[in-house]
Amino acid sequence: MFKFLFESDTWQEVFDSFSKNKLRSILTMVGVWWGILLLIGLLGSARGLENSFNRLFGSFATNSVFVWGQNTSKPFKGFQEGKQVRLSLTDAKKVEENVEGIEFVLPRSQQGTNVTRNFLSGSFQMAGDYPLLDQLQKKKLINGRFINQNDIDDNKKIAVISEDTYKQLFEKDEDAIGKYIDINGINFIVVGIFEVGNVNMGPSTDIHIPFTTFQQIYNRGDRIGWMMITGKPDYDIKQIEEDVKLLLKNLNNIHPEDSRAFGSFNLGKEFKKFTGFLIGMQFLTWFVGIATLIAGVFAIGNILLITVRERTKEIGIRRALGATPFEIKRQIVLEAVFLTMVAGIFGIITGGWILIGLDAAFGQGTDAVIVNASVSIAIVFIALIILVVLGSLIGLIPAFKATSIKPIEALREE
Amino acid sequence: MLEIKNLHKSYPIGDSSLHVLKGINLSVEEGEMVAIMGSSGSGKSTLLNIIGMLDEADSGEYILDGLPIKNLTEKKAAVYRNKFLGFIFQSFNLINYKNALENVALPLYYQGMKRKERQELAMFHLEKVGLANWAHHLPKELSGGQNQRVAIARALAANPKLLLADEPTGALDTTTSHEIMAFIQQLNDEGKTILMVTHEEDIANMCKRIVRLRDGVILEDVKVTQVRAEQYV
Repeated sequence: MFKFLFESDTWQEVFDSFSKNKLRSILTMVGVWWGILLLIGLLGSARGLENSFNRLFGSFATNSVFVWGQNTSKPFKGFQEGKQVRLSLTDAKKVEENVEGIEFVLPRSQQGTNVTRNFLSGSFQMAGDYPLLDQLQKKKLINGRFINQNDIDDNKKIAVISEDTYKQLFEKDEDAIGKYIDINGINFIVVGIFEVGNVNMGPSTDIHIPFTTFQQIYNRGDRIGWMMITGKPDYDIKQIEEDVKLLLKNLNNIHPEDSRAFGSFNLGKEFKKFTGFLIGMQFLTWFVGIATLIAGVFAIGNILLITVRERTKEIGIRRALGATPFEIKRQIVLEAVFLTMVAGIFGIITGGWILIGLDAAFGQGTDAVIVNASVSIAIVFIALIILVVLGSLIGLIPAFKATSIKPIEALREE
Repeated sequence: MLEIKNLHKSYPIGDSSLHVLKGINLSVEEGEMVAIMGSSGSGKSTLLNIIGMLDEADSGEYILDGLPIKNLTEKKAAVYRNKFLGFIFQSFNLINYKNALENVALPLYYQGMKRKERQELAMFHLEKVGLANWAHHLPKELSGGQNQRVAIARALAANPKLLLADEPTGALDTTTSHEIMAFIQQLNDEGKTILMVTHEEDIANMCKRIVRLRDGVILEDVKVTQVRAEQYV
């Protein structure tokens, strides 16, 4: 049945009718060429955006939720409404032990503070942190190190400062590592400088000091600012958020239906919104691309319909000489497929060039907007298969038109 | 060879219908050369189209070489046309973007013959009509007489039982007409059965038998002494 595809004669016939009117054939192909170019270009760019997005968030545990205490809105067990809720280290520990699907619970405390060094000073946001933070929210260290377990155990007075803080407190090109800075009257040694990333989730922090040191100098005891909870990859972070809140209400004598007692920021949910946006964009790309493709294929069908009309007599002659209707139809469908395929392949090639151009223009460097803009081979194949299918379907219309006229009438045509 | 019995054909025109063939009886033996004559509207072209399986009769019998031609599907008709019949048209009906050789090879292509074989056979027939040197020319580069000879070569290519010619000299001047007729006569001498529609008396006289149609019936069916075309060339 498909043996004819491998016969040079078949292709000779296609080629003959193609070269009979080169200009028109090329113009016909523009639609499909443009469609596939759009598809490849847009899909590649969308992928590039996604890649750059993933690169920004790659160092970030996205399956996370922040939870902090607020004021209660319902009286419960003798407590009036409006009670201030303060989370504690014990809460954090209980959460980690009791809620299902939790990877880490990271307690954090933060406070604004004044820092001076010699004659330079500024006010900054300072947080008490565990080394684990570096794992959940990768710190890009320009110099030195982050807080380690030793610092925690010994309540060391060390500080990891942001690049901006460094610029405010130190002279240009001065080496900051090992130097002292004065935080609220206490001297801390700077052990590291970090770069603030493009994307920051949660409150921004200028200075990190060991959690235990923070609790000690501010006399916080057991109380913490908020906790960052990270779920295991296959658990739903929204469910974890609910479970955590319920447990915390239970531990802190809060009405189970009090919705204002705890504030939270669900990173997973926000992240999903953004990935949803990306998925939406890809969907739009497919939609626009395929729609353009269909329009292009229709243009080919349309032109073939005209061509068939013009070739009525030729088709009549062929049939008088013994071409069966099937052979005529096959020929025309093949011409349609051939045109769509050639146009499609050109579209894929030029689309690839566009992606190469995009990569050269926007894809270089660490803060590139588009990273590795590309389209997978599978998508290219899918696009080609769609083209072949659409091409043959659309070719059927002129094909049936061609054989709907009786050969005798076709021969009479002038 | 060819047996037609009580053939009727009518075409619908609006609400009424036009009765074109009103009971034709015709029998043609192998090796005959028959001219079908008649004024326009006499039904001669319709008869030729039915014989050529390009059209179908409403009623009556048509037997070609012992094979009843009836209720053919398009596909079957195409196969029979290819196998049994060779067509020569008034306006040559060559495919204009194919050269002489490819045009002659076209019926063989639809027979499924291999390219090389096909081209050799086509070349053989082109030689026979004296156009071997013109094999790679397009129809527009050839004269009317040459084009008709290409068309004859094409009609012969598949070695058909019956040659059907529809006003083969209609588009040619007298000298060229006589050349073409001489050639057709030569084919007949070699044993080909030829059926030709014409309205020119002198061309008809170059056949061996004249069938005259008028208003869809056969008026006269006579054997004539063949006038050889060579003497005019």
